[in-house]
Amino acid sequence: MRHLKAVNQKAARIEAYVAHEAAEAENLRLDVVGLRTPPHEDPTRPHFPRGCSLVFSPGWEVDSSGGTAGLCQPVERDIFDCHLSCFWPAHVPDQLNHAADWTGKCASAQKDWRKLDLIFP
Amino acid sequence: MNPPVAVGAPDRTGAEKMLALREFHEFGAYGARFLYMVPSAGVFRMDEVGDAILDALAAGPLDQDALVARVAQGHDVDRVLETIEDLTEIRAIGDIDAPKDQVPNDLPPADFPLNTMVLNVTNKCNLACTYCYEYGDDKIVDTQYGDQPKFMTEDTAEESVDFMLAESKGQPVAHLTFFGGETLLNFPVLQRTVAYARRRAAEEGKRVEFSLTTNATLLKPDVIQWLADNQIGVTISIDGPKEVQDGLRVFHNGKGTYDVVLPKIKELLQVHRSRPIGARVTLTQKNMNVLDIFRHLTQEIGFWEVGLAPVTTQDQRDYAITPEGKDDMLRQFEELAQEWLECSLRDEHHGFSNVKDTIEEIHKGVSKAYGCGAGLGLMGVATDGNVSLCHRFAGSPEHTLGNVRDGVDREKQEEFLVDHHIASKTDCHTCWARPICSGGCYHEAHVHYGDSSHANLHYCTWVRSWTHTCLEIYAALAEKNPKFLERFDA
Repeated sequence: MRHLKAVNQKAARIEAYVAHEAAEAENLRLDVVGLRTPPHEDPTRPHFPRGCSLVFSPGWEVDSSGGTAGLCQPVERDIFDCHLSCFWPAHVPDQLNHAADWTGKCASAQKDWRKLDLIFP
Repeated sequence: MNPPVAVGAPDRTGAEKMLALREFHEFGAYGARFLYMVPSAGVFRMDEVGDAILDALAAGPLDQDALVARVAQGHDVDRVLETIEDLTEIRAIGDIDAPKDQVPNDLPPADFPLNTMVLNVTNKCNLACTYCYEYGDDKIVDTQYGDQPKFMTEDTAEESVDFMLAESKGQPVAHLTFFGGETLLNFPVLQRTVAYARRRAAEEGKRVEFSLTTNATLLKPDVIQWLADNQIGVTISIDGPKEVQDGLRVFHNGKGTYDVVLPKIKELLQVHRSRPIGARVTLTQKNMNVLDIFRHLTQEIGFWEVGLAPVTTQDQRDYAITPEGKDDMLRQFEELAQEWLECSLRDEHHGFSNVKDTIEEIHKGVSKAYGCGAGLGLMGVATDGNVSLCHRFAGSPEHTLGNVRDGVDREKQEEFLVDHHIASKTDCHTCWARPICSGGCYHEAHVHYGDSSHANLHYCTWVRSWTHTCLEIYAALAEKNPKFLERFDA
């Protein structure tokens, strides 16, 4: 606070709180956040990690150019997230009727994603 | 591959952002403008740029560029921008669309310690004061023919002490106040309870501070000596000079009490020097001369402090204070408050405790969820050991929270805390004085509205005026003698 004077004890606590919040914001600004867009740059928009990402949720990783080609893990890894737990509808084979064993050889998507194949009706 | 994107409202630029005044109360001293922030209760002093910004926004909301353009005519633009930032940070101004600060609706922690226990050692009294809330027209407990024992037994008093020490949780000090009826009618139990409480507290590594309220009629030399030796804080209920005191504070035969109590009080003041002795005055329509009462009690009798409170009663009683009476009372309170200020500016003592108490709350910046600590940090114990909200409700089944043997009924206590929370008092939500008033006394509300959780709307104007006066006095001290306020730091 530069121009107002905190007079009572509560005002002093408010001033200390405001100063603490400002320091936190400054720390965040100076934080090293490699390979991603610092989320506080635009808090009104969702955070898209760029480049390699520790966030293994579908659709949230893009490479440094904003695409998916340069990712160190293939986008296919995400298929189970889309397919099983994500609100985003994924186009996957019908495992109830026509392709019950589509994922039979894929115990771990991160390791076995190559074993998921196309289905031909 | 991408999930749906929830995009927030786009950030508006300076030209689009509409700024408006938010919630605070203004007051001043020696030409300086101060803000009492609501609901935080922070007090901030403005400078000239702050003044100009508030004045500009008082006429209506402005976008930031227009505000800066208007204020910057006489001031440096950077300073204006910084002050806008300051005012935004303390929430004095803000985006016109920003939601109003809501009253936080959270209850105190379940293990909130008991700070003060008021022990009604008897509900019997040797006086028959017309306005008495315990025996008068507005009583809520049948003290005369009800089931309550007239005197608390030594066993119950000791169980109460155990209850108090257990409920004080981790606090190193507990406060025990003896109350009545006339407290000294049960002097033997009082003496033994103090001894017991000292011993039990020592066993638990705690300390107990004692106080009592008495009408002074039973103060005898040995009683006075005992009070002094045991450092018992004493408050005397007394209404003022002879004609005032004898009007309402009378024996059962109608005889006035002034001539009986005066020599006893003088002896008490002379002998009992270990704690300051205060007088507690009940103001009614029949005794409204606050200034005379105050001077008589401090200068002629020698009380260190005098606290005055209007009688709690329904409007139709002939001693109930009328609206005009309240105005008169306020004017006299303000006069005493100015005297208090003048003394405080010179670092001298002035015994008007009403203003001192409010100044302390302003200094600390208390923002209350409850009108007082009743039912939470303070509880009253009736003669049979039932625990109630406070001493004024002692013995009222409706307001009982448990008893000293089985403890507090936590469900009932929680129900009480929910019902009486400021968040439930919607009448208070637009009032700037709510951080300090929070709806006021539960007993006053119960007598006036039949509902202890009702806000005391019949005192709103009075409380706001009085709080404003105290804020001005606080600001004057902050300007001219800030060192004086350090005594309230603890």
